[in-house]
Amino acid sequence: MARATTNRKKLVVTLIAWTVGIVIFFPILWTVLTSFKTEAEAVATPPTFLAFHWTLENYTEVQQRSDYFLHFWNSVVISVGSTLIGLMVAVPAAWSMAFIPGKRTRDVLMWMLSTKMLPPVGVLIPIYLLFRDTGLLDSRIGLVIVLTLINLPIIVWMLFTYFREIPGEILEASRMDGAGLRDEILFVLLPMAVPGIASTLLLNIILAWNEAFWTLNLSASQSAPLTAFIASYSSPEGLFYAKLSAASTMAVAPILILGWFSQKQLVRGLTFGAVK
Amino acid sequence: MKRALSLIGAAVAAFLGNSAQAETLSIATVNNGDMIRMQKLSEHFTKAHPDITLNWVTLEENVLRQRVTTDIAAKGGQYDILTIGTYEVPIWTKQKWLMPLDKLGSNYDVEDLLPSIRSGLTTDGTLYAAPFYGESSMVMYRKDLFEKAGLTMPEAPTWAFVSDAARKLTDKKAEVYGICLRGKAGWGENMAFLSAMANSFGASWFDMTWKPQFNTDPWKQTLTTYLGLMKDAGPPGASSNGFNENLALFQSGKCAMWIDATVAASFVSNPAQSKVADKVGYALAPDTGLGKRSNWLWAWSLAVPASSKKGDAAQAFISWATSKDYLDLVAKEEGWANVPPGTRSSLYANPEYRKAAPFADLTLKSIQAADPQHPTVKPVPYTGVQFVAIPEFQGIGTAVGQAFSAALAGQTTADQALQTAQTLATREMTKAGYIK
Repeated sequence: MARATTNRKKLVVTLIAWTVGIVIFFPILWTVLTSFKTEAEAVATPPTFLAFHWTLENYTEVQQRSDYFLHFWNSVVISVGSTLIGLMVAVPAAWSMAFIPGKRTRDVLMWMLSTKMLPPVGVLIPIYLLFRDTGLLDSRIGLVIVLTLINLPIIVWMLFTYFREIPGEILEASRMDGAGLRDEILFVLLPMAVPGIASTLLLNIILAWNEAFWTLNLSASQSAPLTAFIASYSSPEGLFYAKLSAASTMAVAPILILGWFSQKQLVRGLTFGAVK
Repeated sequence: MKRALSLIGAAVAAFLGNSAQAETLSIATVNNGDMIRMQKLSEHFTKAHPDITLNWVTLEENVLRQRVTTDIAAKGGQYDILTIGTYEVPIWTKQKWLMPLDKLGSNYDVEDLLPSIRSGLTTDGTLYAAPFYGESSMVMYRKDLFEKAGLTMPEAPTWAFVSDAARKLTDKKAEVYGICLRGKAGWGENMAFLSAMANSFGASWFDMTWKPQFNTDPWKQTLTTYLGLMKDAGPPGASSNGFNENLALFQSGKCAMWIDATVAASFVSNPAQSKVADKVGYALAPDTGLGKRSNWLWAWSLAVPASSKKGDAAQAFISWATSKDYLDLVAKEEGWANVPPGTRSSLYANPEYRKAAPFADLTLKSIQAADPQHPTVKPVPYTGVQFVAIPEFQGIGTAVGQAFSAALAGQTTADQALQTAQTLATREMTKAGYIK
């Protein structure tokens, strides 16, 4: 009896999980399917699911019209670069906040988070002028700087939360054994916080990859990442859904594959400490 | 401080190898068929001008508008050639953001540009942007459905006829709707259509003292006609339909009539895209006998920022892309049906083009029927047919569009929507200093 109940419960939970999974994944699946349709089939009503004439013409045309690899490389440089620089700044900051909290640590943390509450367009013109004067417009380094600053509060917060799960006594013990500050962070703290750091790294790469306000507004032709690549296939007057879907598929594929391979680390990192 | 920043910037730019070369033109453009074709054909230009290379930045219309406005306002200098619409040209010219186009060459033939399009791009007799393609709006209808119902579409229909025909042609069970119109909120979406429709009912956005006019009878007639028509004869969920959604509906045979951009004619009559390609007829946008039709006027044009240091090269490119020779080039490479329409009189006199584009006559008549200098029945202090050429219009137009879209979705009544529009337009116009 008890086993029957458990089985039924398992079945229900599995069903719910699959349903939620499919609902969340459906828009991506639909985009991928649409990318293999002709423009006429892409807007046909009722829509066709799998029984349509599969074609690669959208991918061919997207390839001919735009330089995918330039945009792809820009996306890689910007997202990985901004995340790595962000981590280098955030690890010492989170360390000091987690292990040597002062009277105002909480306030500082809240203040950092509050910078995320400002609508980005509010500072567009000042940053644009600053970029113009420093020649950073349409440069990868400019976008790396902006995205580092934008994602820094999230990195600090995530690392702070992970570091707090690590007992301070371990660090104290290492200090007793004669470890300096550098050794303490590099050889004691970081190895213990690897799952947390890995998930912070991945999450921030994803956030930076998808960032579409600054990357569109501060880039032109040289530094434009995949967000601009997608934007060039959207149009309010004219049907380009199939080509837009092909461009979107090409833009999200790398990050989707990265997420797929690292899902174990992501889940482990995001639930780090929850079961202790 | 500024100097130090410039030095750092220069060092960074040099380090990254991003610094611009002498004759590289950056061209910001929108994503539509004609522009993409120009991008493809531009190798003909670079072959003739080996010292100039072209860098293309193609963006979606709204993203592009935000992007180039930021750049030109902040004098960022990222682009040498901008693709802008008839809305921006008068505002930007007033701000002295655009370079006068006085080096287009002796063969350019400015006189050949259609007068209604040219007038929207000219300030004090000087051309500030060259039209690449122009459009108006017209009625596209299903000849077969009209015949079956025993109706004949006149070349210049009235709103009374269109409303009556739309209701007669609606067969909701068979999913055929009498009329498909824009409902999606936005100054360039539903408000483009509704502002033009309002002109034909004798309404206007503002009177001569810039007071909003939504509390007047003509606006009430406009909105109640639109809402009634859409309720009886429109497709379900019309409040989220824009150009693309209606295009998809019309092409799949679900609309008996569709009033929208003339550029749509080439899509709906293309058998590769449209199920009804051989059954489409065209007519002028409707009126009410007051002397103004409900058609708009828009042109995507090429302009050079005043701050550009490559003005000569940029004008050479613009001259090439908007010339008669370019139209011939497209015709030679891709056929007459693909030539960008609506800019030059000579194109409409060309028998080959008229044969390839059965909608050519109606497109020309629609463009000629719109007068951006005198868009309304009563005199108004602004220019622009389906928009008001003031910087504040984007914000006000979109907010009013949301109120009207909500009424179409059935969330509010026509009266409430007009009241909301009147209140918010009055507030914004007072804040902006138009109403003293």
